[in-house]
Amino acid sequence: MPNVIIDPVTRIEGHLRIEAKVEGGQVAEAWSSGTMFRGMELILRGRDPREAWIWAQRICGVCTTVHALASVRAVEDALRIEIPPNARLIRSLMAGAQQIQDHVVHFYHLHALDWVDVTSALRADPAATARLAASLSDWPKSSAGYFRQVRERLERVVASGQLSLFASGYWGHPAYRLPPEANLLAVAHYLEALDWQRDVIRVHAVLGGKNPHPQTYLVGGMATAIDPNEPEALNLERIGFIAERIQAMRAFVEQVYIPDVKAVAGFYPDWFALGAGHRNYLAYGGLPRGSIGDPSTFDFPRGIVLGGDLATVHPLDQARITESIARSYYDYSGGDAEVRHPWDGETTPHYTGPTPPYTELQRDAKYSWLKAPRYEGKVMEVGPLARMLVAYAGGVPRVRELVDGVLQDLGAQPAALLSTLGRVAARAVETAYLLDLMDGWLDGLAHNMMSGDLRIHDGSRWEPSTWPAEAEGWGAHEAPRGSLGHWVRIEAGRIAGYQAIVPSTWNAGPRDAAGQPGPFEAALAGTPVAEPERPLELLRTIHSFDPCVACAVHVVDARGRERVRVEVA
Amino acid sequence: MVGSTTLDARPLTLFEELARRGVSRRRFLRFCTAMAATLALPASYAPRIARALETKPKPVVVWREFQDCTGNTMSMLRSSHPDIAELVLEAVSLEYHETIMAGAGRAAEEVVERVRREHRGDYVAIVEGAIPIAEGGIYCTIGGRTALDLVGEVCRDAALTIAIGACAWDGGLVAQGPTGAVGVDAAVPGLPALINLGGCPHNVANTAAVLVHYLTFGEPPALDRYKRPLFAYGHVVHDQCERRAHFDAGRYVEAWGDEGHRRGWCLYKMGCKGPQATYNCPTVRWNDGTSWPVKAGHGCIACASPDFWATMSPFYARLPDVHMIGVDIDAQTLGVGLVGAVAGLTVLHGAGKAIQHRRARHRATLDAAGRVVPGPLEPGPVEPPAETPPTGPPAEPPAAEPPACAGLS
Repeated sequence: MPNVIIDPVTRIEGHLRIEAKVEGGQVAEAWSSGTMFRGMELILRGRDPREAWIWAQRICGVCTTVHALASVRAVEDALRIEIPPNARLIRSLMAGAQQIQDHVVHFYHLHALDWVDVTSALRADPAATARLAASLSDWPKSSAGYFRQVRERLERVVASGQLSLFASGYWGHPAYRLPPEANLLAVAHYLEALDWQRDVIRVHAVLGGKNPHPQTYLVGGMATAIDPNEPEALNLERIGFIAERIQAMRAFVEQVYIPDVKAVAGFYPDWFALGAGHRNYLAYGGLPRGSIGDPSTFDFPRGIVLGGDLATVHPLDQARITESIARSYYDYSGGDAEVRHPWDGETTPHYTGPTPPYTELQRDAKYSWLKAPRYEGKVMEVGPLARMLVAYAGGVPRVRELVDGVLQDLGAQPAALLSTLGRVAARAVETAYLLDLMDGWLDGLAHNMMSGDLRIHDGSRWEPSTWPAEAEGWGAHEAPRGSLGHWVRIEAGRIAGYQAIVPSTWNAGPRDAAGQPGPFEAALAGTPVAEPERPLELLRTIHSFDPCVACAVHVVDARGRERVRVEVA
Repeated sequence: MVGSTTLDARPLTLFEELARRGVSRRRFLRFCTAMAATLALPASYAPRIARALETKPKPVVVWREFQDCTGNTMSMLRSSHPDIAELVLEAVSLEYHETIMAGAGRAAEEVVERVRREHRGDYVAIVEGAIPIAEGGIYCTIGGRTALDLVGEVCRDAALTIAIGACAWDGGLVAQGPTGAVGVDAAVPGLPALINLGGCPHNVANTAAVLVHYLTFGEPPALDRYKRPLFAYGHVVHDQCERRAHFDAGRYVEAWGDEGHRRGWCLYKMGCKGPQATYNCPTVRWNDGTSWPVKAGHGCIACASPDFWATMSPFYARLPDVHMIGVDIDAQTLGVGLVGAVAGLTVLHGAGKAIQHRRARHRATLDAAGRVVPGPLEPGPVEPPAETPPTGPPAEPPAAEPPACAGLS
């Protein structure tokens, strides 16, 4: 009998269940289970590969855009299409805007309440809060009057008895350590970030028509026509609109988000020593300055860090990725001990878990809808921390500067990054890194436009009659939550096989055929648990990964050997 | 705990909340007028909306997610009128929402139990995502219980259920897969008050307007046969499109990035489904009215139409047989044509036939006992609808040289 069951794990995307055995006040063993399955890739078979992105984008609405991007890249790789520079810049701007917005939303709206006690904010002194805020940054809103207003707003919500989203928190838990003023500061910024995120993501509306699920990708480029002389195209007015939003991103990230991360982290130094897990990190890399086929132009470098050794970046070869279903609700034709590369994968969903309603997973057998991806048989963590460690170990100057700056402010060594709060800090560092890139992409786009380069699409292989009879390709992107890959096989102008391995499959997957626990499961081991009935500490480590479980569950191998069995009860 | 504020036990109304936060009555009335406009109500209704919001306590909302991508939640977070903080703290009490609520696990599920106990028949249930009913529902469980189990109890005890987004409406994209996914209406038949807000995702401007209408009049706005509000789903996209004049004049985008594309000409030839779609997307737009897909340069995929994943793909194939100027198709006729129930009845009969053909390959169906009967599981190659040239005026536009349109771009 496990001592802790969290189902649903809230403040994530998707449906995740955690079971943990607690011994001596800390987690001895943990199990991570994805509890929802849709069969996304199966749905894509037989369709026009040019529209695969429209479907694949619906893998996730939080990580919106990233699956569209990986999908068009996979098809372009298969059809050997090189997109025009403007299309690359527009895609980078959309990916960057999404990543920056998403990281801030993650910190305030998905993660902060693990560290911030909203009810404690009611006891805060607004003037002292303003002094605290002024010590962190010169954000203009930080007056005593402003914080008094926020506190009064919170008081009214509490007094009404209708606490809305805050109704069910673990308030008063002994693991909360922020003083009331820091809590009030965080609640104020929680509310401000709600406003900020909806404004800055209007970049997607301009470039993609809407968010979530922007709608301007094309195999071969983008449908965002550009022309400095046309009111209905992406012109200087719209470029200016985007520039203003990038400024708004920068202001909030530099003056609110990053200072808040440092301030909160400063009260929880022990969490820089908890939650590391296997200490293996993988990044496909992304954000090309030139061709997507040339990783040497990537602003997010490709590579692997093993065992927390920041002296060496190991090369990455996607052919060495395998997936195990030993503990997942699927069958392999060669049995549960088999492991398979995505190209040779099989997906035969076969639920063998407990009959609902159930109280416990069959932890000794199969227990998740997620498969267990491995690299050369090793468990790998992906995400902002993996990206920043690969870039740091690889000597990317701007990343070294940003990471060293944060470490200096926190009085910590690089090894402290291999932790629960290390993931939070890496996400903030990455956001700052992306902001600089955003400026460069927008400048590049404006420059091309004014120089008369208006190309947004390579239409030479738009018509299926120009395609080879058979083709296969893969497309990758470093999404907010980590390395994302889509694999496609095209036959006679149709999708014959489609496969996605997404960040949270790497991170949230279950044990494998060798019995190695997945990254979530390993990271939870050793987590202190003050009150098993209110497992706040477990949520801290799980949320530090920013799980996205709808993304993570997938079916169908790229060779078209799926064996879906649906038994009608 | 509550500081120095003294309040009676009565829940505050939206206006009281806003007033205490320094929101002026003028701004409040402007909001009410905007809501009346979105709802297609005469401006004279604004005072009535204001009166209702001034006097009625905020409703409790339970938002449940099942087989979803959380895109509708993200769309909700983009709300600007009211802004999202006002929406979730002051306009309604959003007590359960997996993606953003504070509590987790048992503490979260207890909220649903409490709301069902304390607000039975009085709260609003919002459902996002499809409900898988194959194999006893094992494709989606929360807290060890199936989505089917959970959706029934939360909707049956609610005063009003809103199925938000395509998946909760009719199974959406998930219905194309192997899990027997259906929408709320099929999973919980016979709900007395159900509103379907299709779209992939829903447009939060419409959702806010529906909530305001419900608060003001105590009932849903006028609905069509799909239980969708007519104010949002009653008009053809093509008829509201800012590029419509180019369609009528025969000015079409012929290739991505060409002159016509840069000048904002009609995307019909690039596969735009606007002529077959109904939604107020072109007028309400997205993200604080910033844009919508056609404005940004890509065709409409008819994401608010019934069963659109099955009926509207291939998305880049030109619609066959679209009649031109002067043919008014009302939204209901259009919808019927799309699901193929009376294929041949409407001017869209060509598309209707192609659609029926595809549905036979893709869709699981329900038997009399409400259990899923899976359709064939491997969608075979699908023929795109025949490229029938439009039959009405104008004829094919000149291929080489589009007519000049100085001043119209």
